[in-house]
Amino acid sequence: MTSENLVQPKTDFILSEEQTMLRDTAKQFFSEQVPVSNLRKLRDEENPDGIDRDVWKQAAELGLAGILIPEAYGGTDFGVTGMGLVMEEAGRTLAATPLFSSSILSTLILLEAASEEQKQEILPAIAAGEMIIAVALEESGHHNPAAITMSGAKKDGGLVLNGRKTFVLDGHIADKLIIVARSSGEKGDTNGLSLCLVDADATGLKVSRSKMVDSRNSSEVTCENLAVSADMIIGTIDDGAAPLENALDQARILLSAEILGGVNEVFERTLQYLKDRKQFGVPIGSFQALRHRASAIFSEIEICKAVVTFALSQSDKKSNQIARLASLTKARLGEASTLVSNEGLQMHGGIGMTDDVDIGLFMKRARVQLQLLGDPGFHRARYARLNGY
Amino acid sequence: MSDLETFREETRAWLEENCPASMRTPMPDEEQPWGGRNPSYPNPDTKIWMERMAARGWTAPTWPTEYGGGGLNKDENKVLQQELKRIEARPCLNSFGIWMLGPALLEFATEEQKLKYLPPITRGEIRWCQGYSEPGSGSDLAGLQTKAEDMGDHYLVNGQKVWTSYADKADWIFCLVRTDTSVKHEGISFLLIDMETEGVDPRPIKLISGSSPFCETFLTDVKVPKENLVGELNKGWTIAKRLLEHERAMISGMNMGAGEASLGGMEELAKEVFGELDGMIAHPTLRDTVTKHKMDEEAFNLTLRRTGELAKAGHGIGAEASIFKYYGSEMNKRRFEILLELLGTDALTTEGEGHDQDVMDISPQWLRSKGNSIEGGTTEVQLNIIAKRVLDLPEGGQA
Repeated sequence: MTSENLVQPKTDFILSEEQTMLRDTAKQFFSEQVPVSNLRKLRDEENPDGIDRDVWKQAAELGLAGILIPEAYGGTDFGVTGMGLVMEEAGRTLAATPLFSSSILSTLILLEAASEEQKQEILPAIAAGEMIIAVALEESGHHNPAAITMSGAKKDGGLVLNGRKTFVLDGHIADKLIIVARSSGEKGDTNGLSLCLVDADATGLKVSRSKMVDSRNSSEVTCENLAVSADMIIGTIDDGAAPLENALDQARILLSAEILGGVNEVFERTLQYLKDRKQFGVPIGSFQALRHRASAIFSEIEICKAVVTFALSQSDKKSNQIARLASLTKARLGEASTLVSNEGLQMHGGIGMTDDVDIGLFMKRARVQLQLLGDPGFHRARYARLNGY
Repeated sequence: MSDLETFREETRAWLEENCPASMRTPMPDEEQPWGGRNPSYPNPDTKIWMERMAARGWTAPTWPTEYGGGGLNKDENKVLQQELKRIEARPCLNSFGIWMLGPALLEFATEEQKLKYLPPITRGEIRWCQGYSEPGSGSDLAGLQTKAEDMGDHYLVNGQKVWTSYADKADWIFCLVRTDTSVKHEGISFLLIDMETEGVDPRPIKLISGSSPFCETFLTDVKVPKENLVGELNKGWTIAKRLLEHERAMISGMNMGAGEASLGGMEELAKEVFGELDGMIAHPTLRDTVTKHKMDEEAFNLTLRRTGELAKAGHGIGAEASIFKYYGSEMNKRRFEILLELLGTDALTTEGEGHDQDVMDISPQWLRSKGNSIEGGTTEVQLNIIAKRVLDLPEGGQA
């Protein structure tokens, strides 16, 4: 008799004790050290970094910057689920840190494709919060890695880059950039991409800060005859698409966890408002028109929780379904955050329109998150293609 | 070897020997095993399979053996279900008695009542139906008016029930009746009535989707022995609520995934109808519609799995389950709307030369799906339950 027919404990959805502790730590850190007022301060003071360096240092000291990084490279190695729990808490307070750009997106690309030497040089610095790395990926207003045209001409075993990138998160404060260039094939080809590690002060590189509706960091990047030597290529020339896609899928799932945090926060605040706000002499939450919508939103959020939790756990299990699940998750959370932020604002009424109340900040963040790494339309089309229809 | 492994081995061997080969094949609708006083067995194996399982108590595996059950604990029952699934065995007995009434009797009935009613249920000898809704009380179930008057040695029941599934085929009915007209919820009692009693008259209801198992049941001067009252007088609402939970759990799991099954998946159907372009459904907007729905289904299934895992780990679920009834039934309605859109007038054809029966079978299912968000508590009632019990929103607003 084999044991496979016996009842096996399943852990696709249930957190370990260790993970619960990590979540509690993150919750306490973000709610106490990086509340929404932190973002307001950065915005109103027009902080040139767009992040609070002290906060980022504290986050790194807690180990949050190195959650995806193995202990051998100075990380805390809590895995994708662990990072997801942290992102969910960061999403609740709109915490402006390089967590996503540096500790997730760049880290995942390096873990997927970097040489041992590159890993040893860079990952410990990321984990310590001492180095910020940004990824220069997008070239238009819509996420579309296959459409990359940033030219990477082959020269002396390396590449010479020419072209422009947009929507580069934390680009202007990054110490290094990972620039995704096309070194072969044509626009529209999935393959033929190369991943180039470039110092912020490299000759031929220009980074200029942009302002986004969510008050978070973004920048435009221009490369003019920017020389990338062979040892600065991550992985091998022309073969960057596959590791990039793997990294993007995990990042999409982690971004969805951040979105879930924002969705939860908006819903909880709105629910409280429905109980507190009185009109016609009664709490507005007693009106069926609002109760039904609140209940429908609750149902949607329960579904989102299941989808995100499952995608995170399957990432840790290295499931071969990650691409599909990433698209399922990112599409669902994009749609849910649009619904919940819109309804949250409507239910707050006039006060929701004021800058003093946070609801609007969550809505602005939600729309940037929706576009980041693919909007629901992109991911529905991708999900269908991956499923063969 | 652990006790559970031994149990699995024994169960497997017993099923191998006792489950007839034809009971391991897909079941045509007319071979559904409903049992009852006037059973229908177009396939004699259906009867053999039911009787063998009943003799072991496995028509109601977790009920106590003294009431005809199998006395299995949760883990053993799980093994049994796994082994049944392994050989793709058909259900041995469909029974509202097992699914709905039995659990309520086990909780609320007297010892005498349990011994009288439960064993015939497990043996498939008595088929039950449920008399809850009335023409004047649907969502407001507690407003029911069917009256049971205390006549000393019996109750005299007068009124009308509606949506009594299979009342025309059932042997007994469990009913909610009004025993006190001065109060609402506290004036309801739970009564068991033999359908052969004089004055009980079930009539089938024809739906927009065609013939249906639903009936309206007229009760005119029906004399019911007083010992047929379950639980205390005027405490029937407590039992009713418990039973409704069982019913909702049943409905949210029903019908899902049927429909296009015989036609291949919705996505295959779309490719067939509109053709393929680079492996994609060639109709771009319908491709997106189909994709949205497939994503909804996958996400909803994950939600069911998550809740299952949480429940197993000891996190309660309770009223959160209302989201399954709400979301599941709305999703099922959307599914049939998409199938109609995919198939166009072919799905709206009910008879015609050269038309595929599987396609023509879609429209009655589409019409029937409209009832999913009405039966067992409407979508609006489910949303009210979530607002009240989960979100703890205040009540009473009229504007």
